[in-house]
Amino acid sequence: MQAAYTAAELMVVAAAREIREGEVVFVGMRLPLIAFALAKRTHARNAIGLFENGVIRDEPAGRLLYTMGDPPNIEGALMCCRMNVVMGLMQKGEVDLGFLGGAEVDRFGNINTSYVGTPKAPHVKLPGSGGAADIASLAKRFVVVIEHDARRLVERVSYVTSPGNGEGGDWRTRAGLPRGGPAAIITSMGILRFDPKDGEAFLASVHPGVSAEDVKAQTGWPLAIGEPLHVTPAPSVDELRMIREIDPQGFWTS
Amino acid sequence: MSMRDAVARYVPDGASVAIGLALEALIPFAAGHEIIRRRKRDLTLIGPISDILFDQLIGAGCVRTVQAAWAGNVSAGLGHCYRRAAERGEPNPIAIEDHSNFSIALGLLAGALGTQFIPAKTLLGSDLVKTNPRLRIVDSPIDGQKLMLVPAIVPDVTIVHVQRADEFGGCHAWGNLGVSEEGAMSGNSVIVVAEEIVSAGVIKSDPNRVLVPPQRVSAVVHEPGGAHPSPVQGCYGRDHEFYHEYHTDTKTAAGYDAWRDAWIDRCSGRPEYLTRLGAARWRGLQVREQKPAAVVNYSAT
Repeated sequence: MQAAYTAAELMVVAAAREIREGEVVFVGMRLPLIAFALAKRTHARNAIGLFENGVIRDEPAGRLLYTMGDPPNIEGALMCCRMNVVMGLMQKGEVDLGFLGGAEVDRFGNINTSYVGTPKAPHVKLPGSGGAADIASLAKRFVVVIEHDARRLVERVSYVTSPGNGEGGDWRTRAGLPRGGPAAIITSMGILRFDPKDGEAFLASVHPGVSAEDVKAQTGWPLAIGEPLHVTPAPSVDELRMIREIDPQGFWTS
Repeated sequence: MSMRDAVARYVPDGASVAIGLALEALIPFAAGHEIIRRRKRDLTLIGPISDILFDQLIGAGCVRTVQAAWAGNVSAGLGHCYRRAAERGEPNPIAIEDHSNFSIALGLLAGALGTQFIPAKTLLGSDLVKTNPRLRIVDSPIDGQKLMLVPAIVPDVTIVHVQRADEFGGCHAWGNLGVSEEGAMSGNSVIVVAEEIVSAGVIKSDPNRVLVPPQRVSAVVHEPGGAHPSPVQGCYGRDHEFYHEYHTDTKTAAGYDAWRDAWIDRCSGRPEYLTRLGAARWRGLQVREQKPAAVVNYSAT
């Protein structure tokens, strides 16, 4: 029997599966916090988590985190240090994966968390980069976690806070970026991955009960469909139990 | 020194102020509230993320420029005052110098090292470089590869909150430090706000834990609870509800004004603020268990 789950829980499970055993992960906020904790309990027990405030952990925090600076994230840490230490690790090429959110992401995986409208006279002023632009620039790969609708998955972001594949092709190399780029966009409807040649996102997987047509209707560009198109595996009973142990009130995952 | 005296002396109108440098923890809210009470104007705020402190200072009309990687409400969403200022110029227009966390960290590091800039490989291809004219892309003189130059950021005053300090400027901070050390090394003045004042002997018993060379510290302010609602490791936890209440209460400019009136203007200082918070709520945030680090032996003999 399949247990009922929320879209956020499915996104957490999908994000956790992006973490490979033994990897060094720039964790980030919100759903990826839960995804890291879940991956540590399941298939990636030796993964190491970095937080931009200057925390390095080899086990998830003992209690739900609302922010990376919460005291449970410090207690039992491998190291508490300066931001320049963890950013230095990333610039040196020692961080495998980083997670990012965003208000808008486009067909080349560029992310906007700065301005809706023009920067000089924005319609909406978003909070800004935080560490996101650094993760997008310097991690070996990054994964975007975002709600799926046509206002969020756009043809071209109005402002590139965090560089993805730019305008496609070898854009990252020409920009001078040392490595990396987007590996996946995990949405509430499916998972997009990137064509290694032209750097454009395509639909690699739909979540259970979602069709490719549904996804295309909610995507702001003519989305290419992967061959074969997968169905995202639903969360297992064990995964759901663990997520609900990590976030018992459903603060992030309801 | 009292918070009132420290702010009067080291935070003049027009000053650049680095504050909230450990990210979500150890945010000097009490110092920020004193700045608001004294109606400071035309400040430049410097910080990676400030959680809701920058939003409060902006809403109070203290700010002309924001040099930050992120400004909002970390666990609740966007910062309403920041949005009103950026989108509608209320209560006054602000200039925004966009940074990432790493570029703020490197700018303060350049200031800490007394050098002009630090080159990095981050933000190449980001529009941050286009909207922040201080960030420059150059070809490396070593190998011709592209580099982003982060110019030094030297605040007029850096304000840090720590667990304990002595009256001479020695201070210990622990937990995640963010860019606290770089900020305290770079600032022309440094205000240390401490939960506890201890003897110089306590600080000298663990010199590796000292945040900033004591001779750089301009003022030490004893302000227990001065970081609430942000957490102080080993003292009190984060008051998550407070951030959500602030988010709800400040949706309109009038709502923010009422919030400020209640939590800042009507409180003479932090003791009254904590009284308003309520003893039960404040007690509920206190750390109850003791988990001391293992002893470190510094003996020379």
